[in-house]
Amino acid sequence: MMRIGLKQWFSSGLPWIWLNGAAVSINIIMVVGVLALIAVRGLGHFWPAPILQAQVQVQQQSTRLIGSIVDDELVSAEQLRGSGVILPASQESAKRLLIKTGNRDVTRADFLWVLEQDLTSIVYPQEMMALERREWGNFYGRLVALKEAGSMIVDRDNYADEDMWQLFLGRVERSLVIYDDIQSIEKGAIGKINYGMERLRLQQRGLELKNQLTPLLKAQLDAKRSELDQRYAGLQQKLIDLYADLERDSMIAQTMDGTQVEINLSKVVRAYRPNAMTSIEKIAFYISKVWEFVSTEPREANTEGGVYPAIFGTVLMVLLMSVMVTPIGVVAAVYLREYARQGLVTRIIRIAVNNLAGVPSIVYGVFGLGFFIYFLGGNIDQLFFPEAAPAPTFGTPGLLWASLTLALLTVPVVIVATEEGLSRIPRAVREGSLALGATKAETLWRVVLPMASPAIMTGVILAVARAAGEVAPLMLVGVVKLAPSLPLDGNYPFLHLDQKFMHLGFHIYDVGFQSPNVEAARPLVYATAFLLVLVIALLNLSAVAIRNRLREKYKALES
Amino acid sequence: MMEVERKTNFSLAINAPQGLSMEQERIAVEVNGLNLYYGDKRALNSITMQVPRNRVTAFIGPSGCGKSTLLRCFNRMNDLVDSCNIDGEITLDKQNIYAKGVDVAELRRRVGMVFQKPNPFPKSIFENVAYGLRIQGIKKKRLINETVEWALKSAALWDEVKDRLHESALGMSGGQQQRLVIARTIAVKPEILLLDEPASSLDPISTLKIEELIHELKKDFTIVIVTHNMQQAARVSDYTAFMYMGDLIEFGTTDQLFTNPVQKQTEDYITGRYG
Repeated sequence: MMRIGLKQWFSSGLPWIWLNGAAVSINIIMVVGVLALIAVRGLGHFWPAPILQAQVQVQQQSTRLIGSIVDDELVSAEQLRGSGVILPASQESAKRLLIKTGNRDVTRADFLWVLEQDLTSIVYPQEMMALERREWGNFYGRLVALKEAGSMIVDRDNYADEDMWQLFLGRVERSLVIYDDIQSIEKGAIGKINYGMERLRLQQRGLELKNQLTPLLKAQLDAKRSELDQRYAGLQQKLIDLYADLERDSMIAQTMDGTQVEINLSKVVRAYRPNAMTSIEKIAFYISKVWEFVSTEPREANTEGGVYPAIFGTVLMVLLMSVMVTPIGVVAAVYLREYARQGLVTRIIRIAVNNLAGVPSIVYGVFGLGFFIYFLGGNIDQLFFPEAAPAPTFGTPGLLWASLTLALLTVPVVIVATEEGLSRIPRAVREGSLALGATKAETLWRVVLPMASPAIMTGVILAVARAAGEVAPLMLVGVVKLAPSLPLDGNYPFLHLDQKFMHLGFHIYDVGFQSPNVEAARPLVYATAFLLVLVIALLNLSAVAIRNRLREKYKALES
Repeated sequence: MMEVERKTNFSLAINAPQGLSMEQERIAVEVNGLNLYYGDKRALNSITMQVPRNRVTAFIGPSGCGKSTLLRCFNRMNDLVDSCNIDGEITLDKQNIYAKGVDVAELRRRVGMVFQKPNPFPKSIFENVAYGLRIQGIKKKRLINETVEWALKSAALWDEVKDRLHESALGMSGGQQQRLVIARTIAVKPEILLLDEPASSLDPISTLKIEELIHELKKDFTIVIVTHNMQQAARVSDYTAFMYMGDLIEFGTTDQLFTNPVQKQTEDYITGRYG
């Protein structure tokens, strides 16, 4: 009976349905799992963790510890005993905490592993503050006094804690405003002057090379230059004043071992007291931290601050790549499908195109470096930018070459998708157009390509999905750890195709594996990964939206 | 008895003016010794015929007899088939359309074609009709507007669509789409209109409308229609050609061909003995 039942069960197809369901579930679980992991790990980082103060008791020595718990793990007792920790014989494992203690300038290390059982008298004092600084990482400790221009204005003896804190926050706010002013002068106005100077230099050099530099022209150039110099000198003076102003205030703070350090307020990016925060304040803090992450530039070798230049670079590069890959792929597909004589040659070309899609991406990077940058770029430099020599303009990795390399990498999918789309256009519609006296080219341009545009967009979507996640070839053709300026700015010609740029994918690699401070960088790796996934999803969704609109517009004839 | 009844039916259906004769017609197209091969297979056997101007000429015959192939020779649609070879000539205004150096696009503008299935472009109704004009490079908005209106009126479609000219043509019914395709074709003012079974995918009411339209259009155009439906041929045409296995068996006035065929094969076909 049972055997027949089993046989029937198999022939009913039910096991296959279960198998399929299981396969789909595994896929979904994996995708959701990855997203959940990077989201939790990455986004949790921005939450203001409470700062604990505790005594660490290790072998009759008690030291005070201030910091916040960032991670924990269970370690086997055997392993701990091996490293000289004395544990009761009955104990099999112990919990180890990773505590971010900050104050790298004082203690050299800003992370510390301690056994949970060694911690005693744990408290979360309200007045414990955390400072994010422009260098040396976070500072944890107590605010002791405030100084203005070197002289003490308030300290704990003559001022209530809360009042001093508020005064301190006001001073921090003031220095941040000044810092922003300095930044906007340095990056904006002075950047513009530098750019202008460089252009003048190139102009003069170009004229020299062509032997057209007359004294009159030289005088004109010199006049322009001295005007720029004057403007620069004015700005320089203003900057000196601003810097002096910025560095007016400083604070005295006490670290965990009781040392008092003086910190200039110009170094403080953000100051907060997580233990005193209400939930709403914490949420507001969280949002502002996330916003800082996506909208500002990185600090401290990319382990602090934001990733805005990387987001910008990624999106710009993908857009440029799409702009390049679409015409190339479509033209190739049109020729292959519509004009070329179908036969052995076209078949070989199709196989070659499909194989191209399987070539490892680093190979494209090598090709891009060898052909685009050294050959094409080198020749372009010789032909069009002799005045900049020996400094390369296009003969060095940059945005244009990175986009072009990725366009080459993704062109097969666009070709395949477009060909597929072209082959699905009903013959009747083409004939209808031809019968009205349209030539083949007119028919293609006015009827066939619009109708194939959803298929073309499908190809572009696949191309975007592949290109946005690609890192390996970019390391060879244009991505850098830290780009001084965005490739799109207010200086003519606005889009600087020759510039190097930052990229989220490379940023992950750089922060995760090239960082001097692994512990500090790890949460940023997750956060950046999450952001990269988000950016790719957004790019894809916008392409899908465009495709759906086109589909609606050019939906094929029914029947 | 059956035969008699069938014959009577046709003679009732015939709509052509009485007393037509080829000698009095002005000739629009002349076909001279036309052979067509698909690869090695001969699909048309030395066809020689004349298509009279401003008349409706119908091609009838069983499936695969070559009537559509012959029709598609008139605007060189067969050029699109790779394996197709043609000898002989088709003369339009004393000019052999298969001669070297003929501008095929220009020919197709002069010889319009409507296909079996409605094939509107996925554009608005207006843009469908304006398509041929835009291809010709006409940019004047007023001229285009006027021509589109005229074409839609001529195709008896204006009243149904004048309020939704800028909606997609794909939202129309099959019959409307086919009339739109006719409007699109006549908008470029061709001399000859080729209709390849224009009503075969339509319902009876739409078919009737198309047939009425053909009747109207012959004032302005020379019409050649291929049809499966002998009743339809009898109803709409002035002249009828019967084709069989790539041969033109008989060609004459519709009246004569249906009521008094000369060839035995024609009689067999129209009386339903085969086909």
